[in-house]
Amino acid sequence: MQLAIIDSGGANIASLRYAIDRLGVASELTTDPAKVRAASHVILPGVGAAADCMSRLQKTPGLVDTIRKLRQPMLGICVGMQLLFESSEEGEVPCLGLLPGRVRRFADRDDLPVPHMGWNQLEFEPGSPLLKDIQPGDHVYFVHSYSAPVSPLTVASATYGEQFSALVQSGNVFGAQFHPERSARIGSLLLRNFLQLQQTQ
Amino acid sequence: MRFRDHVVVGDILELAQRYRDEGADELVFYDITASPDGRTVDRSWIRRIARILDIPFCVAGGIRSVADAEEVLGEGAEKVSINSPALADPELISRLSARFGAQCVVVGIDSQTVEGVYQVYQFTGDPERTRNTARKTLDWVREVQDRGAGEIVLNCMASDGVRKGYDIAQLSAVRAQCRVPLIASGGAGAKEHFASVFNEARVDGALAASVFHTGVLPIPDLKSYLRDTAIEVRP
Repeated sequence: MQLAIIDSGGANIASLRYAIDRLGVASELTTDPAKVRAASHVILPGVGAAADCMSRLQKTPGLVDTIRKLRQPMLGICVGMQLLFESSEEGEVPCLGLLPGRVRRFADRDDLPVPHMGWNQLEFEPGSPLLKDIQPGDHVYFVHSYSAPVSPLTVASATYGEQFSALVQSGNVFGAQFHPERSARIGSLLLRNFLQLQQTQ
Repeated sequence: MRFRDHVVVGDILELAQRYRDEGADELVFYDITASPDGRTVDRSWIRRIARILDIPFCVAGGIRSVADAEEVLGEGAEKVSINSPALADPELISRLSARFGAQCVVVGIDSQTVEGVYQVYQFTGDPERTRNTARKTLDWVREVQDRGAGEIVLNCMASDGVRKGYDIAQLSAVRAQCRVPLIASGGAGAKEHFASVFNEARVDGALAASVFHTGVLPIPDLKSYLRDTAIEVRP
């Protein structure tokens, strides 16, 4: 296995690498399109604003195009997941367009602070290989102000005032809105499951 | 976790591991002497903590610039918490938020009632330098949000260390002005205090130190009590 973590400049990269280390898996942090193409698994982490994250990816010639054409399992985390969609309300930025739909901001409500920060339960029908050994109702850690609506791509959802996608999948493309690297045992299981996926096609 | 005395790194690692295993949802590491001393801190311990912790953690103390925060976050912390430096340079909140996103920027506020008004204190890590800033707490709570704070930790000084319960009245007043997550600090002494602060002051999190350090209140006991009172917590 060869894991490439795309260096999107976000603040969660160190904790993600340590979480991968704890699984005993080596990883390379890179923006080199050739290295990303050569990897067996790719993780796109992201923290901060979607527009900033997109523009950092665009700085490396060929990187965005490479990400769009990957065939190996790829997991976007948090803003990394949001970038997988067509666009985000945050900065009205066009994203990678690997998944249909638009990421939107949580509605302003007096009883629900935004950003949503905290441990929430995963709601899902078992079956996805990504959720092996994880039970509906298990808690994972979220930090976000934007989310993807529930759609046919939703593998697991969570509820914060409204239901939103916690985990999505389309073919080889996966996205987690929560932070598996900071979600204790459940997060570690998710990363393990992802790294056990075989290349499709 | 709030350390009032010197604690060597080995002890911090051991404590971090203990709280991780007991089910703490987040840890805060305070270097409360960092700001009054104006000194730079050795941050190598953050990486050692980050390697073993699989829950979020926040580092507070001595973060005075974007570069400081970059170092702390780069070592693996999720969030930085700023208090005295934000009072000295409120623009720091905006710079940190623009660079790292609001979710990384926690503003800690030390507050107590003076002549019937909640007021903000600075340099509370050093009793000799602690001073009233003459800022009204509720005004400061609004300002830090406007500047991009993603979370507020309100430490109610009169309750801190007394273990008689959180300052529900003050936290409720702040809650009414707070659209970002609000964390209660100061006063936890028994499990009932946690239930009241969640139910009555509607805070998003409750921070405690001495009840956990001393083992007076084991985290698993606290969590099962909160679950029994219908407050949703991670097992």
